[in-house]
Amino acid sequence: MIQLDNLTKVFDTPEGAVVAADHISLEVPSGEICILLGPSGCGKTTTLKMINRIVTPTSGKVFISGEDTTDMNTQDLRRNIGYVIQQIGLFPNMTIEENITIVPKLLGWDKAKYKARAREMMAMISMEPDAFLKRFPSELSGGQQQRIGVARALAADPPVMLMDEPFGAIDPINRAVIQDEFLKMQQELNKTIMFVSHDIDEAIKMGDRVAIFREGKLVQHSSPDDLLAAPKNAFVESFLGEDRALKRLNLVKVEEVVSDEIATVSPGDTLETALARIEDYGYQNAILMVNDRRQPVGLITRAKARTTKGYCRDHFESVPGTVTLDDDLRKVASLMFSQDATWLPCVDDQGRVCGQITQRAMTHHLGSRFRAREAAARKPDSAVKE
Amino acid sequence: MPIQSLNGALRALLLVAIFFAGVWSQSSGVIEDFLWYLPDVQYLAIQHLWLTAISGGLAILVAIPLGIVLSRPSMARWAESLMQVLNVGTTIPTLAVLALSMSFLGIGAVPAIFGLFVATLLPITRNTYAGLKGVDPALMEAAAGIGMSSTQRLMRVELPNALYVIFAGMRTALTINVGTVPLAFLIGAGGLGELIFTGIDLYDPVMMLSGAIPTALLAIVVDALIATVAFLVVPRGVNPSRA
Repeated sequence: MIQLDNLTKVFDTPEGAVVAADHISLEVPSGEICILLGPSGCGKTTTLKMINRIVTPTSGKVFISGEDTTDMNTQDLRRNIGYVIQQIGLFPNMTIEENITIVPKLLGWDKAKYKARAREMMAMISMEPDAFLKRFPSELSGGQQQRIGVARALAADPPVMLMDEPFGAIDPINRAVIQDEFLKMQQELNKTIMFVSHDIDEAIKMGDRVAIFREGKLVQHSSPDDLLAAPKNAFVESFLGEDRALKRLNLVKVEEVVSDEIATVSPGDTLETALARIEDYGYQNAILMVNDRRQPVGLITRAKARTTKGYCRDHFESVPGTVTLDDDLRKVASLMFSQDATWLPCVDDQGRVCGQITQRAMTHHLGSRFRAREAAARKPDSAVKE
Repeated sequence: MPIQSLNGALRALLLVAIFFAGVWSQSSGVIEDFLWYLPDVQYLAIQHLWLTAISGGLAILVAIPLGIVLSRPSMARWAESLMQVLNVGTTIPTLAVLALSMSFLGIGAVPAIFGLFVATLLPITRNTYAGLKGVDPALMEAAAGIGMSSTQRLMRVELPNALYVIFAGMRTALTINVGTVPLAFLIGAGGLGELIFTGIDLYDPVMMLSGAIPTALLAIVVDALIATVAFLVVPRGVNPSRA
């Protein structure tokens, strides 16, 4: 756990005092990633660097795992905090192995232990130990170097990590891959992480919580979904972008929106039955046909059911696509747009139909948060301050 | 391949030229004349190398710590002006430095070594300072951020990364040193300058050359020696010649 208590930094410049961070109070619960987000010069990096005292705080306190760090020895403090920087900063005079094992060595581990640890770290970042440990950083690609940078920070297994735009210098394709790998590692490692970024999409993807900074002040600190649904003021709103409702699609899972009420027909039913069911349930254009294991096999359109006689199995069309409970709404929206569909069947692990997701339900879900906020704003006593 | 055949032709021509130069020097007796100076050359070359070793060694022992001290952040305010003082120091010709040191240290090896020491000091100090200042700030931040003390940062990060530049300074300085030692003869310190200057005074080109050619060869050998040490000592990851 990281707690910042009224952390403040004032820089003396020839033009006078500049407040880079103004009474920042923030708490990152154990095992969570907190993203510090904001435009350049907003104080997010200064705040991060005050935690491991690369920047000395003017006032305020930092607590790590509940312990006040003010009186801790700087070197001991830093050895117990993993630190990853944008420029990577691997030592070019050392092999990959020496780079990874440097903190364990500083902490006085014995040789067999830190050598084994280096191999373990390489496995964790999915790089072949025998191929890379004896090489030098200049022989690696940028993406590989930053993986080693993360491995070096994690080598001594610190409970807390600070990451200063760690993936900022990596090309977009590699960046997405490394972000995914990192999130997967984090699921097992459960580190408490503070992470500086200026990329809103990265923040939404990586963060359990996002802290937005502006001119040295913490403006809003909330979960990505709350942030996008209820930005606190005009600055946050404009920083998040006009398409912030679309960005929320990434954060919402199908299971939150799915309706388990769905009428189906089986191949043996007649088209008359199908039409009756379409009318009963008020479906606009089609009904899903499932086999005896409840797997979707086709669609019976309203037009076909009305104009033709016969059995469903002879007159169905193909299903445009299915989604699972674990998919995010972005994928669903994309599938709907590409298939010109207003609803999609939702299936479980075995491919059995368990519900449906409609465009209406999606827009309703995303919009409800906005409406709730507007309703709150109309009531003066519970108005959102700022 | 026209270029390869041209190269081959040049090489053959060179061999022929060397052969005829050998024939001529043997028949005219020049080789005999040079060989007559051989005992002198051996004795003076050793004296020459001692002067270089002592003055150069002292210069390295002083210049590297000086460069390190100047590169410390706490010295930042003074470092540039001190480097300027050292720069002005080098603009004084070595001959003048020798003359000055003779005027208060007398004649002999001691003032010569002092003069050579002063001339050798600057390139090494400057390269040490520049090499350490040139270490990527990101490396320094990473080193500090993972909890290295300032001594650990210097020994494990700064010096290894600056070493190639420091060695380049030593190469330049010591090569110049070997080439400057002949002037030490003028204040009575010996060395191969004895043959060069006496040869000039006596209009004896053979005598002069038997001092000058070994001096040039010594400079080349010293340069190659330091290059070899640098090749072996500078870590592979930051050594351009081993990339």
